[in-house]
Amino acid sequence: MAAGGTLSYLKRKVLAIQDGTYLLINAVRALFTPPRYTTDTLVQMDVIGVGSLPIVLPTGLFTGMVLALQTYRTLTRFGSATILGEAVALSVVRELGPVLTALMVVGRVSSGIASEIGSMLVSEQVDALRAMGTDPHRKLVAPRLYATLVTLPLLTILSDFIAMLGGYIISLTIAHLTTNEYWSPAYQSLDYHDVTQGLMKPVFFAFVVALVGSYFGLNTTGGTEGVGRSTTQAVVVASVAILVLDFFITLFLIGIGFA
Amino acid sequence: MITPDLAGPPAIQLRHVSLAFDEKRVLQDVSLELASAETLVLLGVTGSGKSVLLKVILGLLKPDSGEVLIEGENIVPLRESALNVFRRRMGIVFQEGALFDSLSVYENVSYRLWEDGHDDEAEIERRVRQVLGFVELEEAIDKMPAELSGGMRRRVAIARAVISQPRIMLYDSPTAGLDPVTANTIDSLIVKLRDVQHVTSVVVTHRVPDAVMISSFVFSPERQGLLPAASANARRNPAELTQFVVLKEGKVYFHGDRHQLVTAPDPYLRRFVE
Repeated sequence: MAAGGTLSYLKRKVLAIQDGTYLLINAVRALFTPPRYTTDTLVQMDVIGVGSLPIVLPTGLFTGMVLALQTYRTLTRFGSATILGEAVALSVVRELGPVLTALMVVGRVSSGIASEIGSMLVSEQVDALRAMGTDPHRKLVAPRLYATLVTLPLLTILSDFIAMLGGYIISLTIAHLTTNEYWSPAYQSLDYHDVTQGLMKPVFFAFVVALVGSYFGLNTTGGTEGVGRSTTQAVVVASVAILVLDFFITLFLIGIGFA
Repeated sequence: MITPDLAGPPAIQLRHVSLAFDEKRVLQDVSLELASAETLVLLGVTGSGKSVLLKVILGLLKPDSGEVLIEGENIVPLRESALNVFRRRMGIVFQEGALFDSLSVYENVSYRLWEDGHDDEAEIERRVRQVLGFVELEEAIDKMPAELSGGMRRRVAIARAVISQPRIMLYDSPTAGLDPVTANTIDSLIVKLRDVQHVTSVVVTHRVPDAVMISSFVFSPERQGLLPAASANARRNPAELTQFVVLKEGKVYFHGDRHQLVTAPDPYLRRFVE
């Protein structure tokens, strides 16, 4: 009985990986083959990109401020407060900007995608789409994936800038640095590798945000109660996946001498 | 208007269809045959496999074994893209209508035309108004699904299904949860579609009054309403063109005509009839 249970559990996990891979391949293939749902993609860009600004910008601002505050306290012990700008810029552009932006977007977008698609599934709207000859992966998943792929890197750039601005506010008001003392090391410390790394990560995270939300939405069972469960699972899985993925991307980039 | 192809292969044929979800067997060795322009009324309690059977006919679910032939072609081995060719010949009305919440009635009804590549907006609007007129809901064209009552949603769902002039119509409990007057309106539309467009129909229901109405009345174009088949001097008696199937735990428990169902002494069938 226990062996049967384990086997059934493993079978479900293998099937989940198979479904997830199928979803990924179908969504990517939809980019290169018609029909394309351009209007849906533009709508999703507005929902995902513009709609996430109110949470991404304050997060960036306060992250930059608290980072500057903590870093300044440490740096003053070594008499190196003038490299505050550099410390903030490197931390934000390489790690905090991409990861925190993605985590905030997961909370809003992955949950939204899971609940929207899940509600459509339990009310048979997804079946209705298929009945009318529409591939739900193309119609529902692909526009959300492309919209996230375009908007998440843009949101990350904005978040990076706002976070550095937050650091600047602290450097002026608490560290009493001049504008030049903060921005010059910040600007000079960032090289091509840092910026590329910081913009490469959101592309990978976009796949997680959109596809995890879509996967749990399309696998909703158990009516409206199931929609709530899918939403929670999507946020939890996507958040953990982003942190794990961030580690491996960083490890890989260091391994190939890129970072 | 669609002319029934009486000489061709059966519109729908199921051969020994079985399907299980994990350990639960939802369809067991189901075999049925429905000729063009005939009607099949599927009766059964909740969970007996009626809705699953509709989804199998539409290719939304693949059976574990058996064959599903639509107009003579087995759709079971087909990929999703190939299935769409068959789905274009079929229309389905889901239990709650399954209208797209974010689209207006016009966008819902015209959805399939856009998907099929039509781009003449004036022609699309003409066809949408025509099918909404058929279900007597032309005034709701700009409304959102949330603004419609349960009965109106089903009627819009019928309009959405018939806009591409399907040869086969599938109805999944189209009258569930509706008051008797609205349920009669939906039944009238099913009869009207059958008699005007000669569509092959599969009607899933657990309401015997639906079944009786569908098999007893015909649509009179002169009167623009339903008349009892006997008084209407109907060329084709709907009772003879209507099969009744009762599903029990995924198996065909009864298969016959209305007279056989009504007179069956079996206690389980009596529960439906009475």
